[in-house]
Amino acid sequence: MSTDTPAELAQKALSIRRSIIAMLAHAQSGHTAGALGMADVFAVLYFAVANLDPRHPDKEDRDRILLSNGHICPVLYATLAEAGFFEKKDLYTLRQLDSRLQGHPHVGSLPGVENTSGPLGLGLSQACGLALAFQRDNKTNRVFCLMSDAELQEGQVWEALMFAGKYQLKQLTAVIDRNDIQISGSTNEVMSLEPLKQKLESFNWQVLEVEGHDFGQLIHAFHAASQTEYPTALICHTVPGKGVDFMENKFEWHGKAPTKEQAEQALAQLEQEPDD
Amino acid sequence: MTEKIKTTRDGFGRGLVEAAQKNQLIVGLNADLTDSTRMSAFAQQFPDRFVQVGVAEQNLAGVAAGFALAGKIPFAASYACFQPANCWGVIRTSIAYSNLNVKLVGGHAGLATGEDGATHQSLEDIALMRVLPNMTVIVPADGEEARKATLAAATHQGPVYLRTSKLETGVLTTPETPFDIGRAVLLRPGHTLTLVACGVMVARALQASARLEELGMSAAVLNMHTIKPLDIRALAMALERSPYLITLEDHQAAGGLGSAVAEYLSQQRKEFRLKIMAVKDTFGQSGQGNQLLDYYGLGVEQIIHTSQRVCAFNNCRSDSLNMLGLK
Repeated sequence: MSTDTPAELAQKALSIRRSIIAMLAHAQSGHTAGALGMADVFAVLYFAVANLDPRHPDKEDRDRILLSNGHICPVLYATLAEAGFFEKKDLYTLRQLDSRLQGHPHVGSLPGVENTSGPLGLGLSQACGLALAFQRDNKTNRVFCLMSDAELQEGQVWEALMFAGKYQLKQLTAVIDRNDIQISGSTNEVMSLEPLKQKLESFNWQVLEVEGHDFGQLIHAFHAASQTEYPTALICHTVPGKGVDFMENKFEWHGKAPTKEQAEQALAQLEQEPDD
Repeated sequence: MTEKIKTTRDGFGRGLVEAAQKNQLIVGLNADLTDSTRMSAFAQQFPDRFVQVGVAEQNLAGVAAGFALAGKIPFAASYACFQPANCWGVIRTSIAYSNLNVKLVGGHAGLATGEDGATHQSLEDIALMRVLPNMTVIVPADGEEARKATLAAATHQGPVYLRTSKLETGVLTTPETPFDIGRAVLLRPGHTLTLVACGVMVARALQASARLEELGMSAAVLNMHTIKPLDIRALAMALERSPYLITLEDHQAAGGLGSAVAEYLSQQRKEFRLKIMAVKDTFGQSGQGNQLLDYYGLGVEQIIHTSQRVCAFNNCRSDSLNMLGLK
């Protein structure tokens, strides 16, 4: 899975965004803003960075991509379907009875889903365990943990940050979606995280800040994360609801799905070439 | 002949080393209670398979889940009042719902913890773990059984909670006593009533049974070392012998062994009379472990008294029914 030109990645991301809108509109519930905001990061990670094979989703030397803020799983499911882990038509079973696409991801239910999450703050500890297990076995698998910014309000995350710093889990990259919103408002109002970069650095992490919709910056940062002796936190500044003008930067779209009409409007906007 | 193991925590420590010698996949994680949970022998023998997590139980459970995702068999130990109490949500979602092969050890459980007082006497952990789907819950009675339970947990596929204690129990089982997860052991036969016990209360049940025999009552002792899955066959056999059952546990009455037995019995058509002997909706306090068990109604004398009352009540009732021509 190597699609590394920015134009190709932009096409992947556009297709992922279209799937997100379509599946959420069909399900009539779910989280839209964060999922749209992370589509570019997911496209880069799955199509240009991680060692994965959708035909052999359990192959031993694969990199592990863990989603910690499970509520944005529409972007995970859409990306996995885009990559061929399962058929795109399955996306329309999201949140329905007996579906493999649970409202929050469940390990073992769906090829490509590597962990269970939903309650915030769980993923980084899981990622630490995986990364230390690989380190102890002299294996080179990378571990990526995708997280929200508000999730850093959970105490468990700081236990895990301390742990990764102590054990110098250089194979671990935490990808933090710094979109500045959470369910009841702006992250800085609900519980400020700043100075985030300094906090993370003081826990013995390498910290990189990137514009989360810039494919070149993202590819460069993921590469830089593989070249250090420390765990890396990648703070990705993203626009929640990215690509749909009436959703962008609106915290109200954190936890709701578009109506049929809104979905049609959104899909119309997502038909344009991304760089137009 | 190896030295007798005095406590269930020592049995766990011994069992973990044996299990680790057999299986390279076993790793041990601890939240800064390595010695008192008895993981230190393992840590010394297998330093590259030991992980110090620090005083961080949520991360302990989460990192253990990560090791299981990597194909390892992690044993994560702390005190029961910290694990599961401080990290139950992590255990629920990252381990039980994920059905990962993690073994959680809750040490220093129950009033048996003694002098440290109520903060450190976990009386809720059986309930907390029993409600989780996929979870197996084991409460061994003595050191030898804890050793075997650890070996069994290591080969069992799926999450396990092993509850250990620091109280010396005496030697109740031998290396030859069988141990299978989910299969209770009848340690002492009897036909008047059955004492269904787990953990440190098994020793007390045996003492009470011996005394009851002198008083002309034949009390069977069923060591229900696995609370989940509950051995319902053993309970059905107990009911065949006698309708009188007393459960015994160093835990709150709500949600523990007694509750599990009551849930089973409530679905049966057979007549029974059940008395749950457990801690009655109160916290403990400082004191010696054995002294506390007596103080909170779990002494040998109280077991004898309750046994007599349970059977007498029913004998009386049975006599009255006879007199009224109803039976």
